[in-house]
Amino acid sequence: MTAISVSGLRVTLGGVEILHDVSFGVEPGKWLGIVGPNGAGKSTLLRAIAADLNYDGSISIDGVERQSIDMRTKAATIAYVPQRPIYPPGMAVFDYVLLGRTPYMGPLGSERAEDIAAVWDALGSLGIDHFAGRDVGSLSGGETQRASLARVVAQGTSVLVLDEATASLDVAAQHEVLELIDDMRRERSLTVISAIHDLTAAAQFCDTIAVLDGGNIAAIGSVDAVVTESVLREVFEPTLRVLEIDGMPVVVSLRNERKQHD
Amino acid sequence: MNAGRPTATKVHWWWIGGALALMVVVAMWAAVSGAVSIPPMDVLRTVWSKVPLIGGDSPVDATTEAIVWQIRLPRIVLGLLVGSMLSVAGAAYQGVFRNPLADPYLLGAGAGAGLGATIAIVYLPNIGWWVFDPLPLAAFVGAVAGVGLAYVLGYTVRSGRTSVTLILAGVAVAAFLTALQTFIQQRESETLREVYGWILGSLNTAGWSEVTLVGPYVVVCAGAIFVYRRLLNVLAVGDTEAATLGVHPQRLRLMIVLFATLGTAAVVAVSGLIGFVGIIIPHTVRLLTTSSYRAIVPLSFILGGAFLVFADVIARTAQAPAEIPIGVVTALIGAPFFAVVLRRSKGIVT
Repeated sequence: MTAISVSGLRVTLGGVEILHDVSFGVEPGKWLGIVGPNGAGKSTLLRAIAADLNYDGSISIDGVERQSIDMRTKAATIAYVPQRPIYPPGMAVFDYVLLGRTPYMGPLGSERAEDIAAVWDALGSLGIDHFAGRDVGSLSGGETQRASLARVVAQGTSVLVLDEATASLDVAAQHEVLELIDDMRRERSLTVISAIHDLTAAAQFCDTIAVLDGGNIAAIGSVDAVVTESVLREVFEPTLRVLEIDGMPVVVSLRNERKQHD
Repeated sequence: MNAGRPTATKVHWWWIGGALALMVVVAMWAAVSGAVSIPPMDVLRTVWSKVPLIGGDSPVDATTEAIVWQIRLPRIVLGLLVGSMLSVAGAAYQGVFRNPLADPYLLGAGAGAGLGATIAIVYLPNIGWWVFDPLPLAAFVGAVAGVGLAYVLGYTVRSGRTSVTLILAGVAVAAFLTALQTFIQQRESETLREVYGWILGSLNTAGWSEVTLVGPYVVVCAGAIFVYRRLLNVLAVGDTEAATLGVHPQRLRLMIVLFATLGTAAVVAVSGLIGFVGIIIPHTVRLLTTSSYRAIVPLSFILGGAFLVFADVIARTAQAPAEIPIGVVTALIGAPFFAVVLRRSKGIVT
């Protein structure tokens, strides 16, 4: 299990500082949800942690600075699904998931029996082993999300970084994928950091929630501490309501009453 | 538990076997065809007689043997080398730039070679004075310099070093070098025909010396791209995702472009700017088999060579004794064939 610690993080893109002095930590095996309005810097934060963005400040993975870890070691520690993954047309689902084994093959190596086994394990755990030979570009939205998750499961990392993993899915598929992520997290003791637009989903699945606003952490803490009308209305809109149904927090946005009657 | 179920895309033996058989048939057709028709057995006997240690005296008459060994076979082998290299380089460029329109001349190799060759033809007219022919060297240097210039320009773009900025830098460099080449060509119009003939490409200067000059480049460069074929699949998911899979996309792109460019520069130095092969062969392979570069690279190598030899036979026999520029033939045959493949395909073009 791996702990992530972010301290004084600043990221500048195209001369504009997107993240200003962001600090937080994630305990091993926990799920941190990053919420915030569009343009808050969620994707930038996730790319700084998991991908290729340069930064000032510190992103520590089990006490080691991210920028000092070589790429293959990092790829064997953190797996990343971007907001809009690229699914190469014509590539079989098996080959796509096999890409997750790249960090273990060496630059010029080839897959071994254990890589093939890891791919089958990942396909099976996501319930898409019967799609192995299909073109990944021909899958539905929910199926491609599963293929992406299978790829990161095959990568065998202890940290998953997911950028809006369920953004393009309908309510049922979204719920199903989030349950899958939670099951994998529990079974494999994974640490998950994910950007989530749906505040209700974030409240129901995450252990900790960080609210990002304008490149700053506006609030961070447990669901009970953060998913409150006073915190969320500051960042989102003043008509947000936090309800409780069957003991679960539900965040809804009500239409402005005056506009409704116009 | 998963025995018999699909695994990673494999290069099936019948794909390779079929492509090799086609290549052998085309090569034999090229060897027997021409102003003098030669029986296939005479071709085989001549080749057998040249095999070191086991080959003996040739029962074939000296004229036939000279036509086969001194004229046709070097041209066939050079055609195989040039076609194979251009096809593999095209596949490599399409992979590293994730761009279906990429060909080996994308980053200025063609324009640079054209400028180098034009300078050699126009300003170094007394080629007999030189110890070696400066034209291939000038074309080679021009091709490498063109791509080098594009890389330098692309990597000094302040907003970010991406494959798109590199392609745009290549477009700018190619346009500039082509303008220089056209300027020189128009000023020195007495060499226009020679320059134009070189640009359209030809294998008519082929001899064993050209084969031995180009062969090592093709073996090393195509071999290196073959070794990188699995990583070309990783680049298909884009730079950001490739980086999270432990691959350094910029370094990998540089290495593959380096080998593709050196190989392309070597073959255009002796054949001129033969177009179209680098685009249609990898795409045809992709449409007929799989989009995995594990298959595209080796199959493009075999079929690219076969296609160019086929086009060369048409080029030298269709209007004999005149020769049609091979670049015209590759487009005239290749474009309709590619259109048919495209219409019947499932639309797998990346």
